[in-house]
Amino acid sequence: MDARRESEPTAMKNPTTVERKTERELVTTRTVNGPARIVFEAWTKPELFKRWWVPKSMGMSLRSCEMDVRVGGKYRLVFEPDAIAFFGTYLEVTPHSRLVWTNEEGGEGGPVTTVTFEEKGGKTLLVLHELYSSKEALDAAGTGAADATVETFAQLDELLLTLGASVGAE
Amino acid sequence: MVQYVRTGFDASFAALSDATRRGVLEQLGRADASITDLAQKFHMTLTGMKKHVGVLEQAGLVSTEKVGRVRTCKLGLRRLEEEAAWIETHRQLWAARFDELDKIVEEMKQEEKADGRKKRK
Repeated sequence: MDARRESEPTAMKNPTTVERKTERELVTTRTVNGPARIVFEAWTKPELFKRWWVPKSMGMSLRSCEMDVRVGGKYRLVFEPDAIAFFGTYLEVTPHSRLVWTNEEGGEGGPVTTVTFEEKGGKTLLVLHELYSSKEALDAAGTGAADATVETFAQLDELLLTLGASVGAE
Repeated sequence: MVQYVRTGFDASFAALSDATRRGVLEQLGRADASITDLAQKFHMTLTGMKKHVGVLEQAGLVSTEKVGRVRTCKLGLRRLEEEAAWIETHRQLWAARFDELDKIVEEMKQEEKADGRKKRK
């Protein structure tokens, strides 16, 4: 399968880069092969958004996804299987070019995410900028996220084992 | 772990801000050494060298192990590797997300094209 992908240049993925720009900022970039108008729609319509935000490799899915995309509007994502919720408020909504939202699940002073959509020749450069309240907050989020991923997968493994065992017993 | 998180980059940069400590890292890059070796090499008292090594150790740049009466120091790049590891985890998550986004955008482009053809008819 990999060999086939290599022989088909059209199937090549655009690279994703992540850089810690300053001690409080994390910047992620990616070009998407489509006009900003369409890419923006995929970020702002819940029925589209929920189809890509939680990739299968995460081992989770979205139970619900509510998005009121306007300045001051709220969003709320609830994950399955553990019902963890992510929520916040849209601070800026500029159609086809810019979205800014807060991340409030960790309490006040959570990071602020800015996404810009820059169209060039029918493609869109996405720049995702995450600004943390302090260096320590970003350090903790990073290490915490890495730990959480490991922990989540460990829990998932455990759950699958339990489920497997109980199915086997019945 | 909590302390590990809190110290983070600060400790790394503070540790690297001193010429002697950079020298110690360079030295340990060539070979492991005891604190006594290092103290001699940098013309320093044992206590002084212990302090420097302590700072490097706190930053995760050096690890030490006591065997018998000798404390051996070696490079411990754990912190830097861990920093790189979580950035890579973050990148992989976003790469996977964007791969899914590609599919949706492709689908929407096709739909738009199809709609355009319909309208023209």
